Amino acid sequence: MLQITNLHASVADKPILKGLNLTINAGEIHAIMGPNGAGKSTLGYTLGGRPGYEVTDGSANFDGQDLLALDPHERAAAGLFLGFQYPVEIPGVSNLQFLREALNSQRKFHDLPPLSGAEFIKLAREKAALLKMDMEMLKRPVNVGFSGGEKKRAEMVQMGILNPKLAILDETDSGLDIDALRICGEGINSIMRKPDKAVLLITHYQRLLDYVKPDFVHVLAAGRIIRTGGPELALELEEGGYEGVAA
Amino acid sequence: MTALPTRKAEDWRYADLAALEKLWPLPDAEAVTVAAGDNFARAIINKGGVLRLSLTLEAGARGAVHVLNTADTYARIEIEVTLKEGADFTLGGVQLASGEQTAEIVTTVRHIEPNATSRQMIRSVAGGTSTASVLGKVYVAKGADGTDGSQSVRAMLLDRTAQANARPELEIYADDVKCAHGCAIGELDANGLFYLAARGIEPARAKALMLQAFIAAAFDGAGEEDNLTAAAQAALEALL
Repeated sequence: MLQITNLHASVADKPILKGLNLTINAGEIHAIMGPNGAGKSTLGYTLGGRPGYEVTDGSANFDGQDLLALDPHERAAAGLFLGFQYPVEIPGVSNLQFLREALNSQRKFHDLPPLSGAEFIKLAREKAALLKMDMEMLKRPVNVGFSGGEKKRAEMVQMGILNPKLAILDETDSGLDIDALRICGEGINSIMRKPDKAVLLITHYQRLLDYVKPDFVHVLAAGRIIRTGGPELALELEEGGYEGVAA
Repeated sequence: MTALPTRKAEDWRYADLAALEKLWPLPDAEAVTVAAGDNFARAIINKGGVLRLSLTLEAGARGAVHVLNTADTYARIEIEVTLKEGADFTLGGVQLASGEQTAEIVTTVRHIEPNATSRQMIRSVAGGTSTASVLGKVYVAKGADGTDGSQSVRAMLLDRTAQANARPELEIYADDVKCAHGCAIGELDANGLFYLAARGIEPARAKALMLQAFIAAAFDGAGEEDNLTAAAQAALEALL
C-alpha cells in the first residue's frame, strides 16, 4: 500500500529525514517509535504534504500513485488520513459542516454523488457513538474549546467518517487519560483493522500499543529507521530506552 | 462639497479618485429620521459606487444597518448617524475586494445626548492589489454622559500585495463615557488551511470556509441575515 524509498526531507533547509525506507502492506499495523527530534512528526507531515516540509530525495508510492506529487487534499482523497498531534482549531466552522464538506470533496474526487444531509448525519451519528462522542459536540466549531482528549476523539470520528485506506496517526495517544486512550484505541481497531486498510502509528510510548497491537515496530533515530521488529520491540524499548536499542 | 476631494482630505485618503471623478458630483445622502421609540432596520448590498445614508435616531429609537460592500472597481459606503437620548445603533458591515478594487466604509456616529449606545463591527477581506479601508469616527458631545460606543474592525489579507486600512477615531467631550475600539489586520491561518486540506477540502474551498467564518459575526442578528450571508458567500467564491 505504501512504499517509502530513501526518503530525504528538510524543514527550513535543515535535513530531518535522511534516507528513510518503509513498506506498509494492506492489513498491517505499523508503529514508529523514537526519541524526540528523530523525525517522527516530520515523516507524518511530509507524507501529508504540509507546506514547508521539502522532499529533497527519495519517493513514496501510495497504492500505485506517486504520493509526493499530489497536493494535500488529493492525498486525502486518495485515501490518506493524517491524524494530528495537535489538532487545529477552526473558529466559526462547525465539525459537522467541516466533515460534510471534507467527505463530499473526497467523493467528488472519485466522481461519487455527495451524501445528502440525512445520510451524512446518520454516518456522523454512528461514528460519534463509536468514539463515545456527543453529537452536540460535533455541532460546535472544529476543536474550539475541546480538551486534549476530546480533540483526539474528534480526530478519530473524522477518520471514521472519511474512511481512509491508510491512517498515519501522529501521537494520537498524547494528552489522553486512561479512558480516552482505550476509547481511541478501540476506535482505531474498529475503523482501521481491516484487510484492505493499514495504519502507521507514530508514538513515544508503549501504552497505545496495548490497545492497538502492531504487526511491526520500527525505531526511528536521526532521520532513518535503525531497527525493525515485532511488538516485543516496543516492550524492549519501554524497558531499555532508545539508547539501549540504538547502541 | 462641490469640488472633487483630493488625497489630502482625510476621509478620502484611500479612495479611488479616478473612479470617484466619474461619479462626481455625488448625490446627497439619503436622510432618514427614526421617530422616538421606533425601530429602523436596513440591509444594503452595494455593488459599486458611492452610497450615502444619514440617520437620525430620536430618543429611544433603535437603528440597525447591515451592509455588504463589493464592486468591480470602487465601492464606498458612508453612514452618518446622530443619536439622541437613549438611542441605539448597530452597524454590521462586510466588504470584499480583489484585483485592483477599492472598497471603503466610512462612518461618523454622533452621540449628542446622554445614554445612547452604538456598536459597529466591520470585517474586510482584500486580495490581489485591492484596498479595503474602514474610517470610523465616534463623536461624543459635551453632556452626552452614559454613552457606550464600540467599534470592532478586522481585516483579512489574502495576498501580501493587498492593503487594509483601519482608522478608528474618537472625539469625546463628555466625562462619563465608554468607548471601545479594536482593530486587527491579519492573514488566514496556514495551519487551519492545511488541516482542512488534509481532510480533503480543496484549497479555494478551504479559504472560503475560513473566510465565511471570519465575516459571519458581522451579520449576526441582521433582519436579512440569510440574504446577506448568501450574497457574501457568492461574492467570496467569486473572489477566490
